[in-house]
Amino acid sequence: MLYYPSAIVGLLVVFLLVFTAIYAMIKIPYNEAIRLWRGGEEVWYQNPKFAPPAWFNLFSSKKYSESFAVKTSDGSMTREVTPGAQGTSTMSIAYTFDFSYDYYPQELILYFTSSYEEKQPFISAEWLTPDGRKIRLVNMALSQKQTYRFSQDEKLKTRLRTEEVIPYLFSDPETGALVKGEYQLLITGAAFEPDADINVEFVSHGQVYGLAGTDQARRDLVVPLLWGAPIALAFGLIASLGTSVLTMVIAALGTWYGGWIDELIQRITEINLVLPFLSILIMIGTFYSRSIWVILGATILLSIFTGAIKSYRSIFVQVKESLYIEAARAYGASSPRIVFLYLIPRMIPLLIPGLVSSVPAFVFLEASLAVLGLGDPVLPTWGKIIEDANSNGALYRGYYYWILEPATLLMITGLGFAMLGFALDRIFNPKLRDV
Amino acid sequence: MITELRDLKMNTPKINEPQALLTIQDLRVWYELRRFGFGHAGYVKAVDGVSFALAEGETVAVVGESGCGKSSLMKTILGLNIPTSGEVVFDGENLSGLKGDGLQHYRFKVGYVQQDPYGALPPFMNVQKILEEPLIISGMKSREERLARIHKVMSEVKLHPVEDFLKKFPHMLSGGQQQRIVIARAMLREPKLIVADEPVSMLDASVRVEILKLLRALQESHGLSVIYITHDLSTVKYFSRRIFVMYAGSLIEKADTRQLLGNPLHPYTHALLAATSDPEARNAETFKEVPPGEPPSLVNPPTGCRFHPRCPRFMAGLCDVKFPPDLEPEPGHFVACWLYQ
Ligand SMILES: Nc1ncnc2c1ncn2[C@@H]1O[C@H](COP(=O)(O)OP(=O)(O)OP(=O)(O)O)[C@@H](O)[C@H]1O
Ligand code: SF4
Ligand SMILES: [Mg+2]
Repeated sequence: MLYYPSAIVGLLVVFLLVFTAIYAMIKIPYNEAIRLWRGGEEVWYQNPKFAPPAWFNLFSSKKYSESFAVKTSDGSMTREVTPGAQGTSTMSIAYTFDFSYDYYPQELILYFTSSYEEKQPFISAEWLTPDGRKIRLVNMALSQKQTYRFSQDEKLKTRLRTEEVIPYLFSDPETGALVKGEYQLLITGAAFEPDADINVEFVSHGQVYGLAGTDQARRDLVVPLLWGAPIALAFGLIASLGTSVLTMVIAALGTWYGGWIDELIQRITEINLVLPFLSILIMIGTFYSRSIWVILGATILLSIFTGAIKSYRSIFVQVKESLYIEAARAYGASSPRIVFLYLIPRMIPLLIPGLVSSVPAFVFLEASLAVLGLGDPVLPTWGKIIEDANSNGALYRGYYYWILEPATLLMITGLGFAMLGFALDRIFNPKLRDV
Repeated sequence: MITELRDLKMNTPKINEPQALLTIQDLRVWYELRRFGFGHAGYVKAVDGVSFALAEGETVAVVGESGCGKSSLMKTILGLNIPTSGEVVFDGENLSGLKGDGLQHYRFKVGYVQQDPYGALPPFMNVQKILEEPLIISGMKSREERLARIHKVMSEVKLHPVEDFLKKFPHMLSGGQQQRIVIARAMLREPKLIVADEPVSMLDASVRVEILKLLRALQESHGLSVIYITHDLSTVKYFSRRIFVMYAGSLIEKADTRQLLGNPLHPYTHALLAATSDPEARNAETFKEVPPGEPPSLVNPPTGCRFHPRCPRFMAGLCDVKFPPDLEPEPGHFVACWLYQ
């Protein structure tokens, strides 16, 4: 094994994939993954849309602003409460952050939650810049849930005499140049009842986000990228195993029993070979079901009767004539016994490398179907990412990360299995070594 | 085909030996030739009118040049080929009446030793598995019982120490050892008959004698009947009491070994013996098998005596017209040749 570098690389890739798959399933349990993947604004409000991964900054001389979200409820935003007379209280909420990027954030948002009986609490928010300016943002009474988007505040726009609130907040009003340094958001709240309370979450949608970026629905691409691994592996391996084993068993039965069984298998194969495989899958996906299990079953069924059955058959025809089979017949082995214990084991050395090498084809098939819009409607897969990217014009709009991330994973998977299969073939069938 | 068969039916003498283990009566094995997968194109008459009887404990050698139908005859006796016509009666049972279980039980009573020991052993099974298979098939459920039986047979074929061999795969064994495994496999179910189809022709000259002696020892200690197929007359005398000479699908001379080697009657046997210049030959290279002339076609065999195109004593008008019957010029010495009419 060690004499084959491709085996080692292939094995490493496969191990890594398996590891990723297991990690994904432990870290994000299935139900959670589905909830996140199917979740909308309520799950993903903290993230910007179409944001490339944060590590983009490593390769760019101008730095994109990173996204963040902080809140009072978990202490990432400080809050000091000062009790006043007659059950009233004032509180001061502050968040200081260092801004040293070369681009403005896309949006700044405050999500308020407050509790009160009758009288609404009141807040006022202020913006402190590194050069010491203090900009009043808003004064308002809070309902139980209230969202404040900086860029949408018409009053603020008029007061600041600008259409672009966010650039204004981050730049020098004279020169219009971006100012780097420590900014502070200061919120002063007043509650008028003993049990009244105010909490706030401050979200900044930057240009870049996280490890893998986000898509059109603000979803963190880490989820489908991670979860794509177990799904791709499961689909590829099950399809490949199912196809190879069934093909081999059917070829063996046909060759052994001969006669009309063999004829039937041959005819079915000839018909199946001229049937448009992908079109049938597309039809099934369009008219019947896009469930990955249905597609998997159809893929296996359609892949059994292909060229492979003919090549297996041609080998079985030779093995069938071998002396040890004749001997087995002479000592009374039954036909099923001969097929399963004498014919098929002879083919295992061919089966295993073939099985491993055909995994990528099935992984790509699943991805292609997803790209065509026939992916499983529920599951997060690599193909679905590409589909989303494609339908959102990722390539025209320059969101290359969106396609490159899943495509790279697909390619690595394909290469890994192909290399391993190739090496296994040479290990199991040493005759090929000289060729 | 029926009419053809009727034409060929000769006055073969009925063989009625009281304790015959195996009786073969006018056996024919014809393989159908097909043109492009369909369409009849004649028959390969690999076995064409063979009759003989074999007593319990008797050993017989079948000799003949390559392609004369020896293996086809044996495979029919083993139940691997379905006879086109004729009868094979083994231990009082007619083989053509056997199906399914019956055929399986019949197979338990016959052991088969093939020519190429490496090919005869499944390469993916170890020795223990190889030897367990026939026992499992014949319904020996207990693993201990099977292993005990395997130990016994392996020591009989002199594979010592048994434990060293059990976990080995065929490719780890020498040719001689492989053939011993094949013989052990044939002996596992205490058969009454062993069919050995050229059991030593693919082995090194150095181990041939050992294997033949082993077969002989087993034959004697178990009172086995053995049909030994060879094209090498020099190995016949090791243990065969009788010799059948086969030519183009039929047995043309049947006699005791000494009779046949000392007083060969059929011109083909003469040629065969002349070709075997040195009967002591242990080395295949010095052994010439084929008498002069072309071997006959089995699809369109020569009319009359099949040997007539090559025969130095050919009698025109007789030999090329009529098929010679089995004649018995001296007691127990049968020959199919018009010279002895
Ligand atoms: N299954 C088959 N179908 C058609 N022809 C066959 C088949 N088996 C054997 N033959 C033909 O029948 C003839 C006799 O073959 P057979 O194997 O019985 O000869 P043999 O005497 O054992 O020869 P050898 O000494 O080479 O083993 C040959 O011409 C062979 O080509
Ligand atoms: S029958 Fe005639 S051709 Fe045939 S062997 Fe005898 S003499 Fe020769
Ligand atoms: Mg043969």
